[in-house]
Amino acid sequence: MHIEVRNLNKQFGDFHAVRDVSFTIEKGHLIGLLGPSGGGKTSILRMLAGLETPTSGDIEFLGQRVNDLPPQERGIGFVFQNYALFKHMTVFDNIAFGLKIKKQSKEQIKKRVMELVELTGLLGFEHRYPHQLSGGQRQRVAFARALAPEPQLLLLDEPFAAIDAKIRTELRTWLKELIERVGITSIFVTHDQEEAIEVADEIMIINKGRLEQKGTPWDIYKSPETPFVAGFIGESTIIENIGAIRGFEEAAAWQGTKALIRPEYIEIGKPGEIGLASAAMEGRVKQLHFRGSEWMVEIEVGNAKLITYRSLEKEVLHPGDALSVLVHRAYLFNDNDSWIMENKLKEDPMPIFI
Amino acid sequence: MKKVWIPITYIIFIILIIIPLIRIFTGAMGDGWGGFVDALSRPEALHALMMTGLITIVVTLINTLFGVMLSLYLVRAEWLPSKLKQLLNSILDLPFAVSPIIGGLMIVLLLGPNTAIGSLLNDAGISIVYAFPGMVIATLFVTFPMMVREIMPVLQEIGSSQEEAASTLGAYSWYTFWKVTWPAIRWGVIYGVVLTVARCFGEFGAVLVVSGNIINKTQTATTLVYQDVENFNVTAANGVALVLAAFSVGLLLLMEWAKKRKEVH
Amino acid sequence: MNFKFRSRWWSFGFRSTVMLYFILLIVIPIIGIYTQSFSLGWTPFYESISDPLAWKAVLLTVKLAFIAAIINILIGTMIGWTLNRYKFAGRRLLNSLVDLPFALPTAVGGLMILLLLGPNSAVGSIAEKLGFEIVFHEPAIVVAMVFVTFPFVIRAVQPLLEELDKSEEEAAYTMGATKAKTFIQIIFPSILPGVLSGGMLAFSRALAEFGAVVLVAGNIPGKTLIASVYIYGEIESDNSQGAAAVSILLLTFSFLILWIVSRVQARRSSK
Repeated sequence: MHIEVRNLNKQFGDFHAVRDVSFTIEKGHLIGLLGPSGGGKTSILRMLAGLETPTSGDIEFLGQRVNDLPPQERGIGFVFQNYALFKHMTVFDNIAFGLKIKKQSKEQIKKRVMELVELTGLLGFEHRYPHQLSGGQRQRVAFARALAPEPQLLLLDEPFAAIDAKIRTELRTWLKELIERVGITSIFVTHDQEEAIEVADEIMIINKGRLEQKGTPWDIYKSPETPFVAGFIGESTIIENIGAIRGFEEAAAWQGTKALIRPEYIEIGKPGEIGLASAAMEGRVKQLHFRGSEWMVEIEVGNAKLITYRSLEKEVLHPGDALSVLVHRAYLFNDNDSWIMENKLKEDPMPIFI
Repeated sequence: MKKVWIPITYIIFIILIIIPLIRIFTGAMGDGWGGFVDALSRPEALHALMMTGLITIVVTLINTLFGVMLSLYLVRAEWLPSKLKQLLNSILDLPFAVSPIIGGLMIVLLLGPNTAIGSLLNDAGISIVYAFPGMVIATLFVTFPMMVREIMPVLQEIGSSQEEAASTLGAYSWYTFWKVTWPAIRWGVIYGVVLTVARCFGEFGAVLVVSGNIINKTQTATTLVYQDVENFNVTAANGVALVLAAFSVGLLLLMEWAKKRKEVH
Repeated sequence: MNFKFRSRWWSFGFRSTVMLYFILLIVIPIIGIYTQSFSLGWTPFYESISDPLAWKAVLLTVKLAFIAAIINILIGTMIGWTLNRYKFAGRRLLNSLVDLPFALPTAVGGLMILLLLGPNSAVGSIAEKLGFEIVFHEPAIVVAMVFVTFPFVIRAVQPLLEELDKSEEEAAYTMGATKAKTFIQIIFPSILPGVLSGGMLAFSRALAEFGAVVLVAGNIPGKTLIASVYIYGEIESDNSQGAAAVSILLLTFSFLILWIVSRVQARRSSK
């Protein structure tokens, strides 16, 4: 279902939960609403579902304004954070609930429910009650229940929050595959960037009620549009004194500009190991942390501290070792603007320096 | 310390609860089984028990209906500002703090034959005070908070997400109530009904004031006990009291059972 | 759309009915009694409550209700503790019997006490020989009040005892505290809110009690006539303004207590 949202606002008393949010979602896409807790993601989702009334703004499904339509008539499926399964009903009855309301025949209901039970891998559990199921199974029931009446749009509120970390990854993949197979437009809310990056076709980053950026996970990672997005996605270190970083000296001319540097922007090696020596500067290993598949290296450059990773295949470093540090690029931002800058010396190596 | 506290607890229960219960029983049977039957088969006793039964049925029905609806509104309604909800919530407990005598007096003051409403209704041929409707109103006043206080915590605990889930699946409020909300609050309601019944047939002060205690007309079981004692007819009083006490003990067992079910569900 | 429209009218009707019921049944009568007591102006109100019989009845009620509440606080805390902490034969039975005074009609409760302590009973005659009287005197009223309000403190203390973190207590033991010291310094402070609110509720119920007391008090004006019985007498003698005046004294007092209890509970739940 094609969805368009324009200038959506929601206020709870004095609290402005959602501010001027506008976006469109193409049919069949899987969208992740990502942001810190309390940022307004769930409010947006609930307004789409009709469980909350917008203070102002329009919501359109397939070009029709649905603001005044109650949740019953929006043709949506909603998976709640705590699943909200009907405690006193079996798995079968939970899934059949929406179908019974549509007054389908007994055979039709049975057929559809068994179809979903099979699809969600719950075969054999259909006569159990929710309290007899594990967290992952409950999540599947909630999912099947939401899908049963064949909604046009599936909304999921923190679908994996209440599940053990181990099963979570497994369930994520399962859910992504299933949504693709069913081909339903879906929006899910999460505060876990890894989850959003892994599952969503497109991510919308929400912070303090505002939509900060919308795009594919790769776009958002590669070219964050706001300092918040840059800081929120991926790992990074903020450097206040840009002048100390070789190749970015001229950026220090802009008052109040700071640099955000991701681990993968940095290349390190023993002195002389790096090819573009002209663009590199001297540093020192401060700390080493073993991270299972690689080393995390804390580097000291002047009085700035940077973080990067180093392959286990390379020579093992020790705290205190002298290093050659090359910063390939940095995300620069000040109060008015933000942009990505490549290392100037790398682009334009000056032989004099060699 | 354990050796001291347990016997003391037993002694208090025996003195305060068990001996009095036995005493009512032996008192009622003081003149033998025949005396007990005679006390109960007096026309005024039969009439009084019938009145008590009628009031209990009517009040329990009304109180359950309004109690369930009011709890739903006080917990869920979005059309009530939360400040107002808090205010209503605290007003709700007032009948607990009001002496039943005062509760009865309030109704006499509002609807008695000397008041505007009372005389108006009197002219229309309806009498409220010193008649059945007044007694029902008085008992409703006294039992009002019981149902609501049982249901509200249950509603708060289950939260609204199951109901919201039902609405996203296409269910409207009536269907949602019967299929989703009702099964969750059912045992709370049953517990509330038991409490209301207990209070209804035990109510004395409010009913005494409102009914005028007219023999064979507005006399209830408890006011009959009172009148028998005042007339030094203790054996007769005991007979009726025994029936009431037996009923209480039965309700107590029912309450225990409902409480257990409520915890399970 | 038609269906939606109809359901909107329905819910509007339901809402108004329930709210109207609430207001008519609870709010209007309470307002009514306050206005009635001042219906003849300030002077008759003042005269009604300054009648020695009236204020003696109110004072007596407050005094006896206070004694009953204290007794209940003591035995209630003890019983709540015993029922929660020790496992012994009959514990479940006793625990269900706690609620009996709530389930039993108060008039029946009064009759029980009359039978047990009356002049013809064993206890009554022994007491008489020893030179003090129970029934138709203050002790009987206190007994009736204690009986009727028996469950309050127990039921208020039990949930707190259940919630109590056992490790706190154990920590005290490991630091060498004696059982008595642990109880006073660790356990008692955490159940105190329950003890207090239970005691307050018992007090306010004892203030309001009529059925059990009227049968055993003898109702001698100025001596064993308590407030609610006094009000009843005024109603019977058709002095509704006087009855209302004493009523609002008692009511205001009860409301105050109820308000304090709800404040105590609100503070507890906000912690």
